[in-house]
Amino acid sequence: MNGPSAAGATPTSTTTGDPWEELVTVALLGTDRRTPPGHSTGADAPTALLDAAAVQTVRRRAGLRPAPAAALPARAADDPRPPLPAPARRRLAMLLTDRPGTGGGRRGTAPDLMELLPQWLAGANAKGYAAPPDLLPALLDAARGRTDLRPLALTFAGPRALWLARLNPDWKFALRAAPGGGTALPAPEEGADVQRLWEEGLFAERVALLARVRAHSPDAARDLLATTWAAERAEDRLMFLDSLRSGLGDADEPFLEQALSDRSRNVRATAAELLSALPGSALAARMASRAASCVAVDRTQGAATITVEAPHECDAGMERDGVAAKPPTGRGERSWWLGQLVEAAPLGCWTARFGGRTPEEIVTLPVADDWQRELHAAWCRAAVRQRDAVWSRALLGAPASPDAGGPGAVSLSERAKLLGALPDGERAEWVAGFIATRGLSEAFQLLGVCAQPWAEALGRAVVDALNIARDAGSYPWSFSGVMGLAERCLDPAEASRLEGLTATPDEPEDAAPGAGGYWSEAFQRLVSTLRLRQAMRDELRGAQAR
Amino acid sequence: MTQQGVRWTADQVLALAPDAPSRKAGSKLGVAGPWSEAGSSGEGMVWGLCKGSGSKPYQTVVDVADAAGPAYKCSCPSRKFPCKHALGLLLLWAGADGSVPDAQTLPDWAEQWAEGRRKRAQTKRETDAAGGAAADPEAARRRAERRAERVTAGASELEQRLADLLRGGLASAEQAGYGMWEETAARMVDAQAPGLAARVRELGSIPASGPGWPVRLLEECALLHLLDSGWLRRDLLPAGLSATVRSRVGLPSSAEGRPTRDRWLVLAQYDQADSRLTTRRTWLYGTEAGHTALLLSYGAAGRAPALSLPVGLALDAELCAYAGDGQLRADLGEQFTAPAPSPVRPKGAGVAEAAARYGDALGRDPWLESWPVTLSRVIPTPDEASGSGSGWQLADADDDLARPHPARPASERLALPITPQAASSPGLWRLAALSGGAPVTVFGECGHRGFTPLTAWPEGPGEAVALC
Repeated sequence: MNGPSAAGATPTSTTTGDPWEELVTVALLGTDRRTPPGHSTGADAPTALLDAAAVQTVRRRAGLRPAPAAALPARAADDPRPPLPAPARRRLAMLLTDRPGTGGGRRGTAPDLMELLPQWLAGANAKGYAAPPDLLPALLDAARGRTDLRPLALTFAGPRALWLARLNPDWKFALRAAPGGGTALPAPEEGADVQRLWEEGLFAERVALLARVRAHSPDAARDLLATTWAAERAEDRLMFLDSLRSGLGDADEPFLEQALSDRSRNVRATAAELLSALPGSALAARMASRAASCVAVDRTQGAATITVEAPHECDAGMERDGVAAKPPTGRGERSWWLGQLVEAAPLGCWTARFGGRTPEEIVTLPVADDWQRELHAAWCRAAVRQRDAVWSRALLGAPASPDAGGPGAVSLSERAKLLGALPDGERAEWVAGFIATRGLSEAFQLLGVCAQPWAEALGRAVVDALNIARDAGSYPWSFSGVMGLAERCLDPAEASRLEGLTATPDEPEDAAPGAGGYWSEAFQRLVSTLRLRQAMRDELRGAQAR
Repeated sequence: MTQQGVRWTADQVLALAPDAPSRKAGSKLGVAGPWSEAGSSGEGMVWGLCKGSGSKPYQTVVDVADAAGPAYKCSCPSRKFPCKHALGLLLLWAGADGSVPDAQTLPDWAEQWAEGRRKRAQTKRETDAAGGAAADPEAARRRAERRAERVTAGASELEQRLADLLRGGLASAEQAGYGMWEETAARMVDAQAPGLAARVRELGSIPASGPGWPVRLLEECALLHLLDSGWLRRDLLPAGLSATVRSRVGLPSSAEGRPTRDRWLVLAQYDQADSRLTTRRTWLYGTEAGHTALLLSYGAAGRAPALSLPVGLALDAELCAYAGDGQLRADLGEQFTAPAPSPVRPKGAGVAEAAARYGDALGRDPWLESWPVTLSRVIPTPDEASGSGSGWQLADADDDLARPHPARPASERLALPITPQAASSPGLWRLAALSGGAPVTVFGECGHRGFTPLTAWPEGPGEAVALC
């Protein structure tokens, strides 16, 4: 190769001593030192050199030929999903041009498009659309910057994104996040393939495979796991055991019971936790009898009172059943053990223990000697673990109850977890009631567990509370968290109802200066975001634009 | 979408933005929130009221159907053009979510503006029609003569400098640095030869351009010498080549050719900006005659070039070609329809054919950097063996059986390298994503530095994807 001609392309002549090489040499040294080939020295020499070089240059360029091709890349796997409707495709392009860092924060009237991307992706995934290939680079770039976006983005992006990620190191995360880097998992029915991948696959592939088989047939997954259980490493056993959490059933008990005597303490603890979530299991029964021996109703006083006698030791049986003997710093041993026993005991055992009382009645019983906090907290953890709606309801109490102690005496984060055990509608109603009495300042965490879009009553409670906050004269950014949630979670149908709030109100005397204008801005932003979400939804539905 | 005048895509609207901050500000306004009383007419007018910080909303109106590019009017005080309100309004309109409904009647304030534009256009047509007489042909001839003399003086001086350079040797150019070339370029600007000035400036950057620079410097010096001598002997050249030399030197030229009417498909549109000027290049393909033409449109700093033709649309229009051999430049004449989506794709060629066409074109215009070609059934392929290690090429999907070459097996696949600049642009990844290892059709510029992909189409049905 001579010269800098297009990489890989071959000039017409490549033999050494060709006229072009000689011209370059003369040009570098200068005609005062070298004579151009075939020309006289003297005043004309530079021009003669340039003439010859011009001929050669045009000849070289005109004679460029294509190079032999490099090895072609493998083809990306087919994406059988249907393409997006055209308006939805345009919307995605627009959402993706709004990059993080370009946004103006939580001020102004315009929606934050990047915040709507997760919702758009969830909608597109729910409809099963394929991603437009030419938008994949922008989508991968967006997911690269935001880890929370990755699962949704990669699901939508499909196999071609993994194909791209193998070519561009910037998108390596896609290969890590997707089990097996995009190699297709065998269908759960293909027994031989499943067994082979289970025995030979990489860890991530095996986890994905186990989850997939478990979703299809819980028993088959457990049997698959049992084939290699004894040979797995401890941390792998822990991960595999964890995947039994989905579809957990009584049939899993023998396997879990056997895992209670595992070499690894973490595996034992996880097995115990899973067993305790099976109210009919032998472990649950053992824990129930232990817990019951510590908690009793004392009728010697005027009113029935719960008395607690925490365990005096953590025996080998308790340890085998997953009770951790050593408390964290700052906690007493006995209350630590008690908490674990009550948490692991099936909640159903308490009704019998307390003379047929319902959970509501039980949580209202007074508890002697300051044990109430400990006991109720343990019941909360049990209700969450066992996904027990009746107990959750009892422990939550009435949303409107003003006493912070409540029947459950539970923290906001515990409340949020308890709410998770209630059906969607009831959850929304409870939070709506909570906001109506307590305002927005504590509501953020609770709103986070409510289903989207928010139910009508909940949405209205939030908007009313925002309205009240505005009238109170504070600045809207004290509520920016809830405002942001409202933009993403309010039902778009509420937009028209909010119109009235977008006007700038007269400022009361004691209001923070300028707050009215900022509130109007915040509500305008809320309304336009809702409109945009409505449009997004219609577009994904394939509805014709109005 | 069935209304007359197709709504644009967000990309097309954002291409109008004069700078990145306007783009961003415009995007934020491209939602229904701040807008009221928005509407669009079948004649291509789009209007709306945008709530700003003041009590009175801004009145924004855009005429998207004007042949010379969209025209804007906004009551805001911004000096950006188009302003963020105009961009936001067009984005809202492009969104087609019903925020900008079709309407028959314009509000009064928009109608006044539209009326004013109609009147001005009318007056201009009349003066144009009556125009010829006003100019003094004798004075124009004298002016042209004076300018030619100055260019000749400049070209002679440049020849002298090139000869001096070659006498002393290119090796000394590395030490001489950029200053020498800047001064020479300034002399060419004084000589009213902007084409020569630009080439001289180019020369100044070569010694710092990495390995192989002496070869590139010699090539460019030789081509500049060729241009100088062409100018100095232009009377001896055939008319077509002479016109090419004149335009390469940088003399003003105009579209003088007979108007060609065709259904022109917009193949690509991209901007190149320096500190003073943004140049927008738009490639068109005559779907009936199969010609390719280039439109140039300019915008001063802070303004986007007026002409914005969305890739993938076609318009029934007349084009007037510029004079000169191998020149593809044309001006957009009368437009008979608004741009509308077209399923037509340009006729494609293999990579060997593409290289050959560039070679042919060089015969007509030796100063050509590249030639527009559509490649059919090519696969974007990473080229590990390329110098930089991150190279890409466009490889023929099919074995090149038709063109056996004595030096290599007949069944070998051929490929064109993608220029390093294009290979490091985001467009490359859009191209790779579109292909997914399968053949695609790619329009781009094929030159001695390699191929610059500008637009691609998937193998099956599917819209054109802009890569630039």
